[in-house]
Amino acid sequence: MEKLIELKGISKSYDGEKVIDSMNLYIRDGEFITFLGPSGCGKTTTLRIIGGFETADEGSLYFDGVEISDVPAYKRHINTVFQKYALFPHLNVYENIAFPLRLKKTSEDEIKQRVTEMLKMVKLSGFENKSVSTLSGGQQQRVAIARALISHPKVLLLDEPLGALDLKLRKDMQNELKSIQQEIGITFIYVTHDQEEALSMSDTVVVIADGQIQQIGTPTDIYNEPKNAFVADFIGESNIVDGIMLEDKRVRFSSHVFDCVDGGFAENEPVDVVIRPEDVDVVAPEKGMLTGKVTGVTFKGVHYEIIVDIKGFKWMIQSTDYVAPDSFIGLYIEPDAIHIMKKSKYSGMFGDYSSFSDEMDYISDADAVEEF
Amino acid sequence: MHSIAAAPHIFWAVLFIVLPLLIVLFYAFTDKAGSFSIWNIVALGDYMPIFLTSIELAVIATFICLVIGYPLAYAIARSKPEHQKIFILMLMLPMWTNLLIRTYSIMALLDDGGFVNSVLMKLFGTDEPVLHIIGTKGAVIFGMVYDFLPYMVLPIYTCVSKIDKHMWEAASDLGCSPVKVMTKVILPLSSSGIISGVTMVLVPCISTFYISQKLGGGTFELIGDTIERQFLNGARNIGAAISLVMMILILISLAIMNKFTDADGEDGGIIV
Repeated sequence: MEKLIELKGISKSYDGEKVIDSMNLYIRDGEFITFLGPSGCGKTTTLRIIGGFETADEGSLYFDGVEISDVPAYKRHINTVFQKYALFPHLNVYENIAFPLRLKKTSEDEIKQRVTEMLKMVKLSGFENKSVSTLSGGQQQRVAIARALISHPKVLLLDEPLGALDLKLRKDMQNELKSIQQEIGITFIYVTHDQEEALSMSDTVVVIADGQIQQIGTPTDIYNEPKNAFVADFIGESNIVDGIMLEDKRVRFSSHVFDCVDGGFAENEPVDVVIRPEDVDVVAPEKGMLTGKVTGVTFKGVHYEIIVDIKGFKWMIQSTDYVAPDSFIGLYIEPDAIHIMKKSKYSGMFGDYSSFSDEMDYISDADAVEEF
Repeated sequence: MHSIAAAPHIFWAVLFIVLPLLIVLFYAFTDKAGSFSIWNIVALGDYMPIFLTSIELAVIATFICLVIGYPLAYAIARSKPEHQKIFILMLMLPMWTNLLIRTYSIMALLDDGGFVNSVLMKLFGTDEPVLHIIGTKGAVIFGMVYDFLPYMVLPIYTCVSKIDKHMWEAASDLGCSPVKVMTKVILPLSSSGIISGVTMVLVPCISTFYISQKLGGGTFELIGDTIERQFLNGARNIGAAISLVMMILILISLAIMNKFTDADGEDGGIIV
């Protein structure tokens, strides 16, 4: 796959505040790539620069090897599905979808054929003459997708397109978007703050925080091999503890020496150690590598979420077996469940469940929805 | 319950809208003695040139208002929110002065011996007035545009400022050049504002009488002047007949305009 879009040293500031900080990135032809990050991290701004709605302060943007930094949006072979759909209220469903073709003076027969095709693809056949204001959110979204795809763009930009839909519909649309992308085989650049959405749809995930790319990789890589504490915390749940890398494949944390599978660090280098809650086995205290006191247990359906206090650091463990609060348990960790990361500016900011509650999680998620 | 709540409004409407209309209707179809007659209507043929002049001047003034008003309203609606308030205030400010006083001021400014001419006479060193404005159609149109421009700008401004800002981006994203963005998306979306602006300027322009009297310098007569003169001279029946025809003309044009707004749904915005 060749490079279709390339960002070289892109920076952008608003009112003296850097939103994107010299970003370098290339996007391959035909891939489903997701910009994932919290509210205000710069992911939407990056998308808007690619779409031509914002101009970068520094750096250049290439499309198919040609610089397009100063090419206006209407001349780019890139179309966008907006967060709030932005359908034209003065036109019905048919005319909304036909809009880009009418601009190109396409023949009436061809318009009819292509609009019908598009409506079939987004499962809205028979909706031709409806007014867009009578459609539900999900239906409006489909019209927006059809309208953006009808002129055969090479890239489709999607700015949190499922943000306004309810959970069930969102899951359906995720699958549908993925299958549309595979069917037509063009590049999709998707922006979201929802890590689950990013992991389940993308070929490549770009994790962005503070205007900088934290990690680029496949969903499995991002989950299993997070590069720093930010990525580990943002994607899924993680316990992140301070450790010392004694030598290759041997690490000490929580006053215990563990075997692990990572290497390539300096001797006695301080590191961040990530252990996913589902990778910890609960055993009897005397058999455990670590022991701790259970401070909280929450039933989550598939598993129990157990908070364990180990030497003052609260771990989260997911287990299908119930343990009683205030009891002592042992933890057993396999070598390949331990992931070692270099220290970064995010070290120590994440991965401790001392103040954890579902409510807190909910608040930070809701905040992320507000981003523009 | 509904009927009780609506009672004051119905009373008001009957007293000040329906009753006067009936009185106009009655006078239009009776002669001086009070017996039925269609001669008032038949006699209207004599006033045809006046009707035509009124419509001509009103249409020109409305068109000029639209040409000045749309870009102005658009620019205000697209400026920063904190600036919008100031611009709208500046636009409204002249409206706080009585229309009659503003019209007199224009007269004082543009008269042969007025401010503009005395300055120009000094400049060119002549004793003759340089610009003869008062008493021409141009002066009347100028007065109409000056007096009624805010009524064009305000509805268009309201309409444009309500358009979702993503419309501009969506249009250009789908291939519209800046000109096409206007013609294909923004103008159609602001049509309801344009139509109410046109209505709000056209109707008072057709029926105005003081602007033509003062700025027209008595050299020609508009339909509003004719109606006023008929009533002052006691010719109520012919005055009522002219009013009736005017009303019908205005209603017809409103109905035609409403047809246009109906096409793009419920957002309406028309003021009848």
